[in-house]
Amino acid sequence: MARFVVQRFGALILTLLVASFIIFGSLYLAPGDPATVIAGGHATPDILEQVRIQNHLNDPFWSRYWAWLSDVLHGDLGESFIYREPVTALLAPRVGNTVFLVVYASILILGVGIPLGLSSALRRRLGSVVTVGTAVGMATPAFVAAIVLITVFATTLGWFPVFGAGAGFVGRLWHLTLPAIALAFSWVAYVTLITKASVREELVREHVETARSRGIPWPLIVRRHVFRNALIPVTTVAGLTVAGLVAGAVVVEQAFGLNGVGSGLVQAASRKDFVVVQAISLLLVATFVIANAVVDLVNGLLDPRIRLTKSR
Amino acid sequence: MATEVAISAASDRVARRLPRLGWVAVVCAAFILLLVAVAIFAPWIAPHDPNQVDILAAHEGPSAQHLLGTDSLGRDLLSRLIYGARLSLIGPALIVVIATVVGTFLAILSAWMGGWVDGLTSRVLDILFAFPGLIFAILAVALFGPGLMAPVIALSIAYLPYDARVLRSVALRERSLPYIEACYIEGLPTRRITLGHLLPNILPFVLVQATLSFGYALVDLAAISYLGLGVAPPTPEWGLMVANGQSSIISGYPQESLFAGFMIVATVVAFNLLGDRLATHFSVRGQ
Repeated sequence: MARFVVQRFGALILTLLVASFIIFGSLYLAPGDPATVIAGGHATPDILEQVRIQNHLNDPFWSRYWAWLSDVLHGDLGESFIYREPVTALLAPRVGNTVFLVVYASILILGVGIPLGLSSALRRRLGSVVTVGTAVGMATPAFVAAIVLITVFATTLGWFPVFGAGAGFVGRLWHLTLPAIALAFSWVAYVTLITKASVREELVREHVETARSRGIPWPLIVRRHVFRNALIPVTTVAGLTVAGLVAGAVVVEQAFGLNGVGSGLVQAASRKDFVVVQAISLLLVATFVIANAVVDLVNGLLDPRIRLTKSR
Repeated sequence: MATEVAISAASDRVARRLPRLGWVAVVCAAFILLLVAVAIFAPWIAPHDPNQVDILAAHEGPSAQHLLGTDSLGRDLLSRLIYGARLSLIGPALIVVIATVVGTFLAILSAWMGGWVDGLTSRVLDILFAFPGLIFAILAVALFGPGLMAPVIALSIAYLPYDARVLRSVALRERSLPYIEACYIEGLPTRRITLGHLLPNILPFVLVQATLSFGYALVDLAAISYLGLGVAPPTPEWGLMVANGQSSIISGYPQESLFAGFMIVATVVAFNLLGDRLATHFSVRGQ
């Protein structure tokens, strides 16, 4: 057990290190002088020199990487070239919206996807409707879902605001409902599909047959013998989808004009504010990797079979 | 005469095959072929020049002149959708080709060599898994500037580990079969065993993997265009059209966004269902 945890943790640290190295090193893949990449094409030699000093560009590569990494670990993500402000100060007001959005979407995904999958597995008549629904749902990108939601619920019916994140808990909840649905949409379909397959598989297992032959009431069998076992693959997938939402939020925030970490990334990328792009990419990749590792760890703790096969 | 017989025999074979694939797969394949044809013959099919601006005819509803109406600049929506099929399909096709070709190569390499080669490839791919495709693509755009190539290459790299991992397990299973051993004992050179025997036998799985990744690649690439980081306007492209039409939704003209969004969803559904059916078809046959 301890060995499994240590191994996972080691892999996590290694992945984070290599990912940070790729994000840092990507600056040197771009054509031209790294200082020009940071400062943009029209910088004067004075500004370029200032950028070089500020970003340690005159030092050898490895010591530059080390300086950048230790800055990041100390919570210093560098300074935006366009706003002349620390990246952390730019991000601080944005993090709340993104976290709210991702949590809201996760609740929708689990709260809608799992019951839908369960009921479609139990009722054959619902089956084909859900099959078509999941096929379309999984193929719908978040930004297309956003467009449809805005058209129907924001402009035609006028129930929800078109953009902005709102203030206070209730205001946010109201403003972020459509974005959360758009973000959750294709993942709901996916979780429904996985739950359905998993429950179907469990329904025909021997222990369910035995329980039935012993006359245990059907609802109790479903709750105790089918649903519980069927949830194991579902939790894995659900954990991974929640990690994937971090990337999906980028598109949804942009679609609804929300001030979030993801829309910050898009704006920085289109303005070529490279230090900010680097910082946010690192933040998002780290969140993604850590979330995946936590899912992995929790599954290993819940299910000894995973632990045994994975640590070979 | 002989060719006629051969053709009818071939069409017989296809006809016998088709029911086993199921009508869903046939409909999906037909839809995809239609889209490809539309993309190729766009200049002949499109009723108007996709970039012809006519401010006086902005936001027109469907009419005989403009079958799907016009956008905010009075450009013909149907023609823009038809021309848009070109870039919207070429981008994901490039991603899928690069990712599956390199992925297949890596899969065969690690399945055949085993040992440290396999170990190293698996570790590197594990680390690549850490990058969500979209974020990798945005990073690439920030470095190399917006356009088609930077996101295409970034997404190819991001899709590589998925293809390589699935195909590696297929190649490993194939490798342990007796016919490969027979080739080995016969003294065939490695290149002939891997490329002449192993590769053709995992090709169906490569096809399935490529079909399934196409839908995801289309969604990711359209998202990049939607974010304004891909091809530049006024190029007709579906993701870009969704973004372009968004500002008109509030004024009550959601057509452009909705039509372009519909094309994206329909295409992805077709590729996903076809890939799904092909996967069942080949795995049933393989057993």
